Amino acid sequence: MSTEQPPALIDETAAPLPADLQDERLIGGRGLQGGFAATVSRLRTGDLGSAPVIIGLIIIWGVFQILRPEFLSSTNLVNLSLDMAAIGTTALGVVLVLLLGEIDLSVGSMAGLSGAVLAVAYVSHGWPWWAAVLASLATGVAVGAFYGFLYNRFGVPAFVITLAGLLAFLGLQLLVLGKLGTINFPYDRAFFKFANLSFLPKWLSYVLVLIAVAGFLAARIRMSRQRSAAGLSTTPMAVIGLRSGLLLLGLLVAVFVLNRDRGVSYMVLMFLLLVLVMDFAIRRTRWGRSVMAVGGNVEAARRSGINVTRVYLSVFALCSTFAALGGIFFAARLGAANQSSGTGDYNLNAIASAVIGGTSLFGGRGSAYSAVLGILVIQSISSGLNLLNLDSSIRYMVTGAVLLIAVTVDSLSRRSRAAHGRA
Amino acid sequence: MTTTSRARPVLSMTGVSKRFGAVQALKDVDFHVSAGEVVALVGDNGAGKSTLVKAIAGVYLPDEGSVLFDGQEVSIHSPAEAQRLGIATVFQDLALCDNLDVVGNLFLGSEWIHGRVLDEVGMEKESWRLFKELSAKIPSVRVPVASLSGGQRQTVAIARSLLGQPKVVMLDEPTAALGVAQTAEVLNLVERLRENGLAVILISHNMSDVMAVADRIDVLRLGRNNGEFLVRETTTQEIIAAITGATNNVVTARAARREAKENA
Repeated sequence: MSTEQPPALIDETAAPLPADLQDERLIGGRGLQGGFAATVSRLRTGDLGSAPVIIGLIIIWGVFQILRPEFLSSTNLVNLSLDMAAIGTTALGVVLVLLLGEIDLSVGSMAGLSGAVLAVAYVSHGWPWWAAVLASLATGVAVGAFYGFLYNRFGVPAFVITLAGLLAFLGLQLLVLGKLGTINFPYDRAFFKFANLSFLPKWLSYVLVLIAVAGFLAARIRMSRQRSAAGLSTTPMAVIGLRSGLLLLGLLVAVFVLNRDRGVSYMVLMFLLLVLVMDFAIRRTRWGRSVMAVGGNVEAARRSGINVTRVYLSVFALCSTFAALGGIFFAARLGAANQSSGTGDYNLNAIASAVIGGTSLFGGRGSAYSAVLGILVIQSISSGLNLLNLDSSIRYMVTGAVLLIAVTVDSLSRRSRAAHGRA
Repeated sequence: MTTTSRARPVLSMTGVSKRFGAVQALKDVDFHVSAGEVVALVGDNGAGKSTLVKAIAGVYLPDEGSVLFDGQEVSIHSPAEAQRLGIATVFQDLALCDNLDVVGNLFLGSEWIHGRVLDEVGMEKESWRLFKELSAKIPSVRVPVASLSGGQRQTVAIARSLLGQPKVVMLDEPTAALGVAQTAEVLNLVERLRENGLAVILISHNMSDVMAVADRIDVLRLGRNNGEFLVRETTTQEIIAAITGATNNVVTARAARREAKENA
């Protein structure tokens, strides 16, 4: 063991080796090749990250493109993007709850209820659009806070609390909608227009791509500078450059394809911005660190002084609020709130998206991006099967199979990570 | 190795008693530890070790007796208060989050903030400084704790307890689940804590570990003090006798020995 070696082996004056690379047991080269080798080794030992879902997505797109050449057409992809926003936003909330190792089964009912509140406030009572939105979101906050309260106060498993919520809020949704059962939004005003007809000007979409990549690059370079100033290892500039280049290429292609049709919708942009914000909150803030800690080991989190009840409360409230926002997007895209909004496969698609995207059901592992990747898979399947004129019976079965595969991959990679010491 | 019995103790408890219902868990127990000293607390199961440890860590409040910390009379009502005073405890189960990396675990609950954002660079730098100070070998602080060996996990837990600049570090069975080399690693660490001027309380059932690192051994038996031994003047047999109560007159035997020495 290394304990017998005198620490004098580390010659501080001669070796400019960064503080975190001095241990002789560390494997790994430096520069571009080192980075590449590290990635390969990570994948081989089961730290898959988002690799399986990206491979899955490529297969799904390939198959549908062969069967129906219009699948990857700009028109279809724009529609696909518009359909993503509602369930994707809901899935973003589910990701947060899953990070805690809990679950919210009622996001569908919450979305339906939120749509109903929005429609009644905006259409039936003639409230301004922002007041209707606030009312919907407030419903979400209240429901989530109620879940959090029940969970903290009585220790009822979230599974049961939210199962009760699934039924109760479906009932409330029907009650709010009243006898009519369906409320239509006017087609030329706020909500329908926002979700179906509002697209970024083409030049603006390209400018945003450049800003995003420049921001990414600047953040990485700044991080590198700070690390080297602190005497720590840095990501080689070549790797940073390569990643930025790939990001730029990917975004440019996506925006170019979408712009050949209607373009990038404001609603989709909003969804993506929310994902970026949540990713930042999870990885770089104290709150996010406590969420991960609670998901990893509640007892350790509690003993280290984290206010665990507040973490649960905030996450349940955020999840329901995202579900409510998803419900607003859904109602706006459909142009109506009705009794079946948020029922059927809405709920399970949202949960499946989070899991398929790579957020573990066991807590403590995952990222906000899994909401985007997961919903992309689910909507692609749904859209492809629609193009093939296949019945919803087939769609349910295929989506179920994909979910099963995703969860199996999660479990297998968990086992492999444990065997290779990557947790 | 210096004896520190002359130095003023950082923590000293006198006449501490604690009852649970009809059970007298601690009866009139004295205990003290000074800076730069490793005191081992040994005793059979049910001897009152855990109760005493919990009284120091602020989990239980003693029924009687006085606690002096840095010469000041204190009463420790909660674990948080113990930490504020400067008493850090590393419990046996370590309480680490397997999914977080070493830095994440070290600073859990007391993360450094830069603006509103985690100061990852600062925390990583500080982790390396800390491990260097402890001469502890952790291959990387950016790997999840689950991938570390038992000894390394113990090292992380001990390092975490040092972040609050404590004066007293209490280690509960730190070598219980460790192999030979890892045990040696942890014992090195304990010696390093002593060199850094901390008062270390070591709770252990393993006599060879105790004899290897402790300066002084406090034996508890059935809730009472049953002898205090300087390691360089005692033998394992003597300690075990005190633990099991095989000789009822250890204390007197010791007193007699000291008297003989003083007379000589």
